[in-house]
Amino acid sequence: MRNIFIFIRRYFTFLCFITLQIICIVFLVNFNTTHEAVYAGVANEVTGSVNTEFNKVQNYFHLRENNRLLLDENTRLKNMLGINFESPDTTKQAIIDSIYRDTTGRQRKFIWLPAKVVNNSVSSQLNYITLHRGSAQGIKKDMAVVGPQGTVGVVIDVSENYSKVMSMLHQNSIVSAMLKKNAISGKINWTGEDPRYVTLNNIPKTTALKRGDTVVTSQYSSTFPPNIMVGTVEEVKKDPASNYFIIKVKTATDFYTLEYVNVVENAQLTEQRKLEQAPVKNQ
Amino acid sequence: MSLFVKNIFRFMLFILVQVYILNQIPPLHQFITPYLYFLFILWLPFSISRFGLLLVAFLLGITLDYFLGTPGLHAAPCVLIAYLRPFLINILISQEGAELNYAEPSIKSMGFAPYGLYVLVFTFIHHFYLVLIEWLSFGNFIYFLGKVTATTGISLLLIFISEMMFFRKQKFRTNTA
Repeated sequence: MRNIFIFIRRYFTFLCFITLQIICIVFLVNFNTTHEAVYAGVANEVTGSVNTEFNKVQNYFHLRENNRLLLDENTRLKNMLGINFESPDTTKQAIIDSIYRDTTGRQRKFIWLPAKVVNNSVSSQLNYITLHRGSAQGIKKDMAVVGPQGTVGVVIDVSENYSKVMSMLHQNSIVSAMLKKNAISGKINWTGEDPRYVTLNNIPKTTALKRGDTVVTSQYSSTFPPNIMVGTVEEVKKDPASNYFIIKVKTATDFYTLEYVNVVENAQLTEQRKLEQAPVKNQ
Repeated sequence: MSLFVKNIFRFMLFILVQVYILNQIPPLHQFITPYLYFLFILWLPFSISRFGLLLVAFLLGITLDYFLGTPGLHAAPCVLIAYLRPFLINILISQEGAELNYAEPSIKSMGFAPYGLYVLVFTFIHHFYLVLIEWLSFGNFIYFLGKVTATTGISLLLIFISEMMFFRKQKFRTNTA
């Protein structure tokens, strides 16, 4: 026993060093495999509030760019208003408000909520975005995040007033996407090299493809609404090892200047997941 | 200002500069991420105990990780260089008893060449370990080497600039007076 104490006293610093290293690695490994922040809640609130203060200053420099983006989006949305379309006969004007079931019996599937970006990174291999809107304002885990130009990421963690988003520029991010012109769907992920490009996989080699083709989210994605812009095809490579293309896609979203985004809730997600996860009975 | 208060201010300053200035710079190239915050560890006084050094370094790393959302990623290399620091200082100190006569490592207290080597070695170790765990899958070896080299280069440049800008006055202390 005495020898053990002598040993510990002699190598005290070294043992401390090893312990701290192990703590670091455990944090890192736990965090990366499960995507659950080991120290979510409190930490998010503290760093989030500092980020908000800094963001007030930073936003000022992007005002011009943001105005342009908002204007673009407003124009696009105004063009979609029912008022712009006039039909010869007197059919009812369709108005969709926030109730879950409208008069024609359709159920609402997606609910859009605005949120402000208070922290954003593009330089790391694992990029996250922090939004100033949390569980108290209706954000839940697994909600999709869409910017004014296109898809951004998925909510992975929520505290009371902030939420953390796994950006599309994250090595573990997978978004189900398709080619707009022929609806062939594949998976978007990121190789970790250039924040301007993501990769589209699982598109068979028989598909006709051109540079500049539009890639949108597919209807198989349970988090993202279908037909949201992801990006445009930049370069097409053939994977010699498989039957699929490796397609380099230029993201529609400019991740460097993200300021405001929309968080989209799929109101029917729980029901769909429940059905899909239930064990199959008769087969 | 006492050494303790001075280091607390330094701690906050380094974290804020790293998070809100250096990490906001749009990447010049995929290899380059400017890092400066670990200079805090290199500037800690000679008199700090080895255990204290480890704890402070861990705290620095984990605070930065809070902000960047990568728990443990920066804390691990910080702890490593904090552990190795006393060994290298023992080897590099040329003047007899410099660690008693001066408060903290600097060009003046250690001499230009030893201090330069001290900074170079720890910058390299820090980035090597950081990029290694960041790129655990080790998919592309060229990327790994390139990123270590480029990031070390840019960090050395930043450290050189900050040494020039904030010249730290070091009082020569003797125990005779």
